[in-house]
Amino acid sequence: MRDGAVTDELALAAFAADTGTHLVVEPKDARFARFCRRFDEAAFRKRLDEAGVRWLPRSDPAFPGALRSIFDPPAGLFLRGRGAPELLDRPAVAIVGARACSPYGRHVARAFGRELAAAGLVVVSGMARGVDGEAHRGALEGGGVTVAVLGCGVDRNYPAGHAELARRIGADGLVVSEYAPGVEPAPWRFPARNRIVAGLAQATVVVEAREKSGALITADLALEEGREVFAVPGEITSALSAGTNALLRLGATAATSVADVLESFGLEIGDRQAPDLSPPAEAMLARLADGPASADELVRGLGLEAGAVAAALGELDLHELLTETSGIYRAATRR
Amino acid sequence: MLTHALVGLDARRVEVEAHVELGNPAFTIVGLADRACQEAKHRVRSGIASAELFFPSRHITVNLAPADLRKEGSGFDLPIALAVLGASHQVAPERLAAHTAFGELALDGRVRPVGGVLAAAEGARREGMERMLCAAESAPEAALAGIEPVPVEHLGEAAAYLRGEAEPAPYEPCAFVASERAAHPDLADVRGQERARRALELAAAGGHNLLLAGPPGTGKTMLARRLPGLLPPLGPDEALEVTRIHSVAGLLSPERPLVRDPPLRAPHHSASMAAIVGGGRSAHPGEVSLAHRGVLLLDELPEFMRPALEALRQPLEDGVVSVARAEGRAVYPARFQLIGTMNLCPCGARGDPAVECSCSPQRLASFRDKLSRALLDRFDLVVTVPRPRAGELAAGPSEASAAVAERVDAARELLAVHTPRRTVEADQLLSRAVERLPLSGRGRARVARVARTAAALAGVEDVRPEHVAESLAYRSPRELEPM
Repeated sequence: MRDGAVTDELALAAFAADTGTHLVVEPKDARFARFCRRFDEAAFRKRLDEAGVRWLPRSDPAFPGALRSIFDPPAGLFLRGRGAPELLDRPAVAIVGARACSPYGRHVARAFGRELAAAGLVVVSGMARGVDGEAHRGALEGGGVTVAVLGCGVDRNYPAGHAELARRIGADGLVVSEYAPGVEPAPWRFPARNRIVAGLAQATVVVEAREKSGALITADLALEEGREVFAVPGEITSALSAGTNALLRLGATAATSVADVLESFGLEIGDRQAPDLSPPAEAMLARLADGPASADELVRGLGLEAGAVAAALGELDLHELLTETSGIYRAATRR
Repeated sequence: MLTHALVGLDARRVEVEAHVELGNPAFTIVGLADRACQEAKHRVRSGIASAELFFPSRHITVNLAPADLRKEGSGFDLPIALAVLGASHQVAPERLAAHTAFGELALDGRVRPVGGVLAAAEGARREGMERMLCAAESAPEAALAGIEPVPVEHLGEAAAYLRGEAEPAPYEPCAFVASERAAHPDLADVRGQERARRALELAAAGGHNLLLAGPPGTGKTMLARRLPGLLPPLGPDEALEVTRIHSVAGLLSPERPLVRDPPLRAPHHSASMAAIVGGGRSAHPGEVSLAHRGVLLLDELPEFMRPALEALRQPLEDGVVSVARAEGRAVYPARFQLIGTMNLCPCGARGDPAVECSCSPQRLASFRDKLSRALLDRFDLVVTVPRPRAGELAAGPSEASAAVAERVDAARELLAVHTPRRTVEADQLLSRAVERLPLSGRGRARVARVARTAAALAGVEDVRPEHVAESLAYRSPRELEPM
């Protein structure tokens, strides 16, 4: 071969993109050798620079150790965003789950993303719709750093509706992929993407998953690599919880609060100053601790005027003590 | 003979001239008359014959001047018939000159009411005319313009009156007395839904646009239809303004010639853009104008065609809509209160604890995309109406519309004389919300507006933190935000 491993890895990634294949080791065939002879590294790097994409090869010391240690680490990662490559080496947690999730899954993903990021962990996910997107959004809300792993080139915003989310992720974090810019998303690439999600993180939290879902593949890969797997328990009657409940039966740790996950990192949730609440808001918080309720139920249960209930809801919302989905209010996940 | 043609809501002076000369019997109407107007010759001929008057067997030419103004509709029947009678010396032409006329003829000579009498009568009044011949049913409407109506049931009566053989028939003038609000369905029929009722009260008091979102069968439409019943009756000027539009659209009933209550318009979601904002060949008023000073209810908002929804933005902003068409251009007032209802997802299961939503992410995304951010931003109040859950505490009997309307009236009076100001604490709360939630500039203005209304409903002079907090609770639900 030519000059050193760095170039070979880039050539490998370029060759994979060119031939539409998935490769982590150099093939010993003539086609690859021919490709290497033709490969114009300078031009390829120039195109990367122009697209604002960085290349982090497997052999680079900054390449995350956790990912390098998996069974089939990628040849390298293409990076987009302003985050430093070193943040990939920080303690990270993956949050994955169904794309068509329930309001409950959406809420939990967002709350976990927010709290785990606020505690200083890097939140890794796949930027898909549903749980993935909510986890990223939660992490951004929590003021933390988050990394999105794509199953296509990092120049592509997939799904297209997440273009703005990708931009926000890239403001402090990274959008990464093992695929060279220009590679189109394809169903078979997503399981491969999931191994990177699992590989970057020391622990994986599955929020909602149907049976045989991509999130379960991520969990399996994490287990194979000996990483911690958490599953958020769900209703046994819901198809969306079949996958997570199956994980629990197989011995995954139940994530019943953010603290359960933080514990495995040896972290604790910071004490928060209890905000100064008005008496109706206090009463409402106590009522919501018993279970979710609609505004109308709160009116009747608390014996308040509808206007006063709305005021208390607004107050709690501002203190991030409550979330709403489809008109049902829940107390926000806390310690 | 003078009459008026309508261009939008404007009445333009039209002179009807008739000329009878020797020659082969013929009847021609010239002067850009549309089809309904051209057919007038058959109605006029048969009407004159039925009234036992003489239809001259000569060459008759009727000219509608100015010749370059397009005339449409059947309101020209009566003036054309009278002009013919004048030209054939069956009534005195100088008597005719003191009158204006507007009405359609039946084949048996009866005079039928047509739309737009109020606008035409106002036009005549501006021209200094004092008397207007019109159908008996239209007389109270014409009287609203301050003109003396001469109600006629039959062309024969009109001729007799013009010859001085008969006195004009009396008519029932309509007074500007506020009507009972009984015509509207009552809020007492709606059990529970305390939050949505509160939002409705705020909407009524502050004139806010309201969006009710929730699964089917939770009473969203039922609630929405009760909004007009909470609004105060129209003032005299407003009533005239609304009546004029409804008159042009031909929507007035003879029993209620003056629209005294805020109108409610609820077009079906298949309505085209032209039906919503106005249009057609000659720019007729659309639903937004018919809902002027009242309520435009768009049931199942996302089912409307996107161009129709986007076209709402101009009237929502400016209170007027200008419609330009090949055969006319018109500016109509369109200051209405918008109330929309919608499901939370295409299958409708979201917000219903008993059913699981089966929508794919793509379907959800395209559902959400139907409503632009710009349109959603125009709703000051957004309320999610979930389906009541099993085992929920049963709601007690509900308050009637009359009680709510009293509070609404009081709040409106307060807002009319005084704009509540935010206290320092309320201002701090709002600033924190802008930062934390976060709120856009437009979102902030919306919260501030609703908070003012909440303060007025509470009967206090300044906006306190609880009012700001309350208005924060009526923002778009998560379901409507981009995923």
